[in-house]
Amino acid sequence: MSATDPGGWRDSLEDIEAGVLLEAIHRHYGFDFREYSPASMRRRLAKRREDEGLATLSQLQDLVLHDETAMERLLLDLSINVTSMFRDPGFYRAFRTHVVPLLRTYPYFRIWDAGCSTGEEAYSLAILLHEEGLLERARIYATDMNDAVLERARSGIFPLEQMKEHTANYVRAGGTAAFSDYYLARYGGALFHRYLSEQIVFARHNLVTDGAFNEFHVVICRNVMIYFDANLQARVHGLFHDSLVRRGVLALGAKENLRFTPFEDRYEDLDRTWRIYRRRT
Amino acid sequence: MTEFHHPEPAVVCIGASWGGVEALKQVLSDLPGDLAAAICIVLHRAEDDERERLAQVLRRNSDLKVCEPDDKQPLHAGTAYIAPSGYHLLVDDGHVSLSADDRVRWARPSIDVLFESVAVSRGDEAIVVVLTGANDDGARGARAVHDAGGTVLVQDPDEAERREMPDATIAMTEVDAVLPLDELAQAIVRHVTGVVAG
Repeated sequence: MSATDPGGWRDSLEDIEAGVLLEAIHRHYGFDFREYSPASMRRRLAKRREDEGLATLSQLQDLVLHDETAMERLLLDLSINVTSMFRDPGFYRAFRTHVVPLLRTYPYFRIWDAGCSTGEEAYSLAILLHEEGLLERARIYATDMNDAVLERARSGIFPLEQMKEHTANYVRAGGTAAFSDYYLARYGGALFHRYLSEQIVFARHNLVTDGAFNEFHVVICRNVMIYFDANLQARVHGLFHDSLVRRGVLALGAKENLRFTPFEDRYEDLDRTWRIYRRRT
Repeated sequence: MTEFHHPEPAVVCIGASWGGVEALKQVLSDLPGDLAAAICIVLHRAEDDERERLAQVLRRNSDLKVCEPDDKQPLHAGTAYIAPSGYHLLVDDGHVSLSADDRVRWARPSIDVLFESVAVSRGDEAIVVVLTGANDDGARGARAVHDAGGTVLVQDPDEAERREMPDATIAMTEVDAVLPLDELAQAIVRHVTGVVAG
């Protein structure tokens, strides 16, 4: 494969411009997107370029290097994960079945929700743990590289128009109460109760450039690494493995598979369908 | 322009919407199990919890291997990869990539996303097929494939269950052939043979 470099970037003008842009962002702002998967990255950059009304990625580079607010908009495009509460209800059913019994054996446990975006997953976990009587024993570290999405997550306010979808997911996820018990319709949004977020720490952490910061009983990282290339995925899996306690639990997105990483042999299946794994040692 | 060898294997991308299950069944059952290309498929459908159901249906009458791939799953000739519900399917070098990004013009998986990814990743070796459907998804992607020198095949709108999607592609770009469903598999094999022979 002569001129196809290892990351899958091409020698086309667009790909050259994309490479220069990502290099410049890394050197100027410290955010490292150079090992993101090219196929999705091309789309996301093209969308930002179009939304800014620009003709080329070189023009986008000029803009984001000299205008921090433009960089913030690009960062949102590159870091927001479209998600909903209890997305993949089957995952939460599997979590109740396979992970909750393990958590009951700990007097106190830590969960890392890596790449939490606007917080829907962290709140879903808090609700689930509350219903299982485990929330007081839990500390959920919900991290993201983007301060803007963390601020939204911390507010505990979610768009009211999304509650219908969240409620449907919640019911299918095996929720045992009425979903509307968990929030108040306020300020044009749904404000979730304080006791849910009291056990959540929202903090900035970049999976690409930051290292391990604590030891966890469960690491959840769903649909975040699908945007990474294989090398970066392997590195982040190393970080997760190092961050897990002995026999700790790793949960990935429904279409993410340890089989395509060097860490396949380090885990055993807890739930094959929903990609919940347990450290062998 | 720098010349380069396209990564293995050759890839055929198929998009279908309304009426697509029956159309796909026929095309996949007509294709030989030793096809020298991987096939990537987007069929519009409701987002749900069900895993693998569509792959099971399509596997039944086909000599190809049919799967619903995970992210970064390697591409192999003779295998069909069905976009999972709720994810975009993209073609990277030797593997597929999935994305949970927003819907593109109301669709996730989106045919345009798949076609545009193969236009970049396979260039003039890209082969795409637009089947029945009641919207215009795939038309922009087909234009990208045509502009990259690739091949665009379209199901004959007159015999498609819904003609809007084939019509939209024909209106948007120059296409290489407009064919009835029962001639599409032969045409795919012919174009794959051309690509593999270089």
